[in-house]
Amino acid sequence: MRKTFLFGYLLALGATLSAQEIPHIKADQLSAWKNAETDTVFVLNFWATWCAPCVAELPEFEKLHQAFSAQPVQVILINTDFRRDVEKRVRPFVQRQKLQSQVVFMDETTPNNWIDLVSADWSGAIPATLIVSKRRGFERFFEKQLRYEELEQTLREALAKP
Amino acid sequence: MKQLLSLCVLAVALVAWSFTSPVHNGYHVGDQARDFELKNVDGKMRSLASIKDAKGYIVVFTCNHCPFALAYQDRIIELHKKYAALGYPVVAINSNDKVVSPDDSYEDMQQRAKDKEYPFVYLHDESQEVAKAFGATRTPHVFLLDNNRTVRYIGAIDDNHEDPSAVKTKYLENAIDALRNGQEISLKETKALGCTIKWKRS
Repeated sequence: MRKTFLFGYLLALGATLSAQEIPHIKADQLSAWKNAETDTVFVLNFWATWCAPCVAELPEFEKLHQAFSAQPVQVILINTDFRRDVEKRVRPFVQRQKLQSQVVFMDETTPNNWIDLVSADWSGAIPATLIVSKRRGFERFFEKQLRYEELEQTLREALAKP
Repeated sequence: MKQLLSLCVLAVALVAWSFTSPVHNGYHVGDQARDFELKNVDGKMRSLASIKDAKGYIVVFTCNHCPFALAYQDRIIELHKKYAALGYPVVAINSNDKVVSPDDSYEDMQQRAKDKEYPFVYLHDESQEVAKAFGATRTPHVFLLDNNRTVRYIGAIDDNHEDPSAVKTKYLENAIDALRNGQEISLKETKALGCTIKWKRS
């Protein structure tokens, strides 16, 4: 049931991506990605348009998205700008930067209720990234700006697990 | 022999623990914070002890540039207006490195304090030692201390950074009110989104 939901959701994401819509997600979507019974490794990056270190590392995630396009990897850029800025700031930013990875908006008002869903180690500062695959038993969390080498190495480690 | 064995088990357990447990640097609830001396926007050095008649302190790591901090700017002023007279003043601290975050220089802090008529001290943690001692990671990041400088609450101001009118739970005010009334603080730690503290590049 959950699998269907996840699959359907990702399809829907893919379909809307071409129109450069930014789907809004709720906290349960984070749990769905973390608990997904698939081979996919999820790379969940939390960012905002005004966050300098976040914007600086976005190209690294784009590169990752391209480099691993043939493998079971999903790069998802989870935006945490203010809700009122999604249409007037985030969407134009995504278009301008021609971001190819999936961008979604974290549409929750109470961070205390969902930060721990991502990782108990997350204090709430951005940028933050979770690389996770439940089936492979892999979970690695970072609360800092990442370089490509570190991302790639972590992802290879995850994919090496059956 | 038995003693030695149990010591070995303990050592192994400790090593295993240090690898598996998340890193928590800085103060936890219940720790006593060390006093510090930092330069206020008026040019004077201030410590917690220099704040007269305090029954506690609302220490807020904040800054000039971060949108999350900006969203809370007016709420922090209101907090001070409400609680300073009751003995719980706001002590705002900016620890960001001005090279990494140019809008957070001491001069910018002075300008902001003037523009917003900050009623509280706004201290410059230039060496970043105070942020490290507290274990502050983001702006805004709140530490509520009692009169012994014991940390009683760590975390967010309330549950909605974007819209003050939609706030349902005022975590920090609830904690201060419980502290004032000698009651147990029910929620001692919360999390919030914030900007990373801009550490000096090594």
